[in-house]
Amino acid sequence: MKQWVILSGKGGTGKTSVTASLAHLASTNHKLVLADADVDAANLEFLLDPQLEEQNDFISGQLAAIQQDACIACGRCREVCRFEAVRNNSGAFTIDDTACEGCAACYYECPAEAIEMTPSHAGEWYRSSSRYGTLFHAHLYAAQENSGKLVSTVKQSAALWASRNGEKLLLVDGPPGIGCPVISACSGADLAILVVEPTVSGEHDLERVLQTTTHFGVPAMIIINKADINPERADAIEAFAQTRGIRVLGRLPFDTGVTQAALQGQPVTVWPDLPISRELTRIWGILESEL
Amino acid sequence: MIIAIASGKGGTGKTTIATNLAITLAADVGKRITLADCDVEEPNASLFLKPEIVERETIYNLVPRVDAALCTSCGRCAEVCQYNALAVIKGKVLVFDQLCHGCGSCTLQCPEGAISEMPVPLGVVELGQGRGLHFVQGVMNVGVTMAPPIIRAVKQQAQTVGQNVVILDSPPGTSCPVVETLRDADYCLMVTEPTPFGLHDLKMAIQVARNELGLPVGVVLNRDGIGNSAVEDYCAAENIPILLKIPLDRRIARAYSDGETIYDALPEYRERFLALYQAISQAVTQ
Repeated sequence: MKQWVILSGKGGTGKTSVTASLAHLASTNHKLVLADADVDAANLEFLLDPQLEEQNDFISGQLAAIQQDACIACGRCREVCRFEAVRNNSGAFTIDDTACEGCAACYYECPAEAIEMTPSHAGEWYRSSSRYGTLFHAHLYAAQENSGKLVSTVKQSAALWASRNGEKLLLVDGPPGIGCPVISACSGADLAILVVEPTVSGEHDLERVLQTTTHFGVPAMIIINKADINPERADAIEAFAQTRGIRVLGRLPFDTGVTQAALQGQPVTVWPDLPISRELTRIWGILESEL
Repeated sequence: MIIAIASGKGGTGKTTIATNLAITLAADVGKRITLADCDVEEPNASLFLKPEIVERETIYNLVPRVDAALCTSCGRCAEVCQYNALAVIKGKVLVFDQLCHGCGSCTLQCPEGAISEMPVPLGVVELGQGRGLHFVQGVMNVGVTMAPPIIRAVKQQAQTVGQNVVILDSPPGTSCPVVETLRDADYCLMVTEPTPFGLHDLKMAIQVARNELGLPVGVVLNRDGIGNSAVEDYCAAENIPILLKIPLDRRIARAYSDGETIYDALPEYRERFLALYQAISQAVTQ
């Protein structure tokens, strides 16, 4: 089983649209599994019309809670907390859940044993069937910690499913950035497909995400999206990729058809005659030979 | 006044709004402005502001180091660590720096006092000036998992300069880095686009800003015309004001791609950024 992750560094370059299109094209010849690793802003499901098969709770860790009747207001919890999560409202000590990282330092230090650690139900993850393959996805509740851990859960479940069912490809729609959820999304990948736009931000973020994939030993290939917005910069990205020995798979034009298709809950490749769809089909042909 | 610019979805135009709002206020209102880039994983505001960086400070995480001479391998450190950053294997304590949140609990709980803390660099905070405003940004090191400590340091720096208005350019998403950015802001401006993705992620981001953190919120609708009216319908139903609409315009996309601001490339927008600020300022003082 091959595991390919779609990344970009910068947000909004078209990761999810490219992932759904590749899944569509792949599904005509192959059985595949999909994972949406952008658990903060999970959008892949909008292009796949998934049917829920299984739902699970995600427990991210624990949160501290101060038992007011046992608290002696000594302030030790506030002293040891390094996340500024303990509030002192004139002697009434409380925990700010959005700041608490669940480290339990206060729990162990409280002389009155007035602090309880309670499991934090931070989200849900799902297995669904979809037009193009089984989809593993998740919903992290607002303002939660630990999206990297949820990404790992989603991906591990997807990988297990793929290997049990003898499926050839796991396609992972990655999150933006280079931090903890991206590192989780990268781990164990055989290939990172980087969707880049020809802008100063796109170029800057490409370098950072490439450093990240290199750091974790994942080979990369590039798709330039919205290439016609700035063809000179697209050329520059190709030249840069060449110096790094990274293959540029192709250039996608800016096409409002991508949004029009999304409004209908479809990837743009359902309209095969659009120039963008033809280029995606050509790109899939190259990727298919890597399988 | 602290204005945070957020979105949920990436690539909706947070940095465009943050930089243009900051530049307009500094140039046309004579406000003393600090622009702080809190997207420490992929900081891009400097590409548009082109500031001169004059100061750089390294930000560290404090990770445990065990003195083998004092350690009795009792395993208490591994037991209290909530992040599995410590393990005792064959009588030796192993530390996994990347998993450590730097909470200090193991140091406090070690009965032998065998643990000390060593600073490990997470990234840098940079200070500078450009276009008549103060600039602060955080840059996280590649391979580091934890953005919040760097974001905390960026915000501390931004607030110590003592300006009229601090504008925070937030990272995308709805989890801990965003919460760290938005906490203690006076107003949260959401930049979105009229697409199914934009709407879904806007709803998530509103949950964080309005419901979890209790901030007043307003919306900038970017690339207006590309999708449908669902975002506007949602905002109307939720009583969220749309303070600015920017049409889908190839000239803006082209200027952005070359690192040019709207302020310079399309001066007709200056008035609209001023009006945006007036609306925010009014909402905050109310």
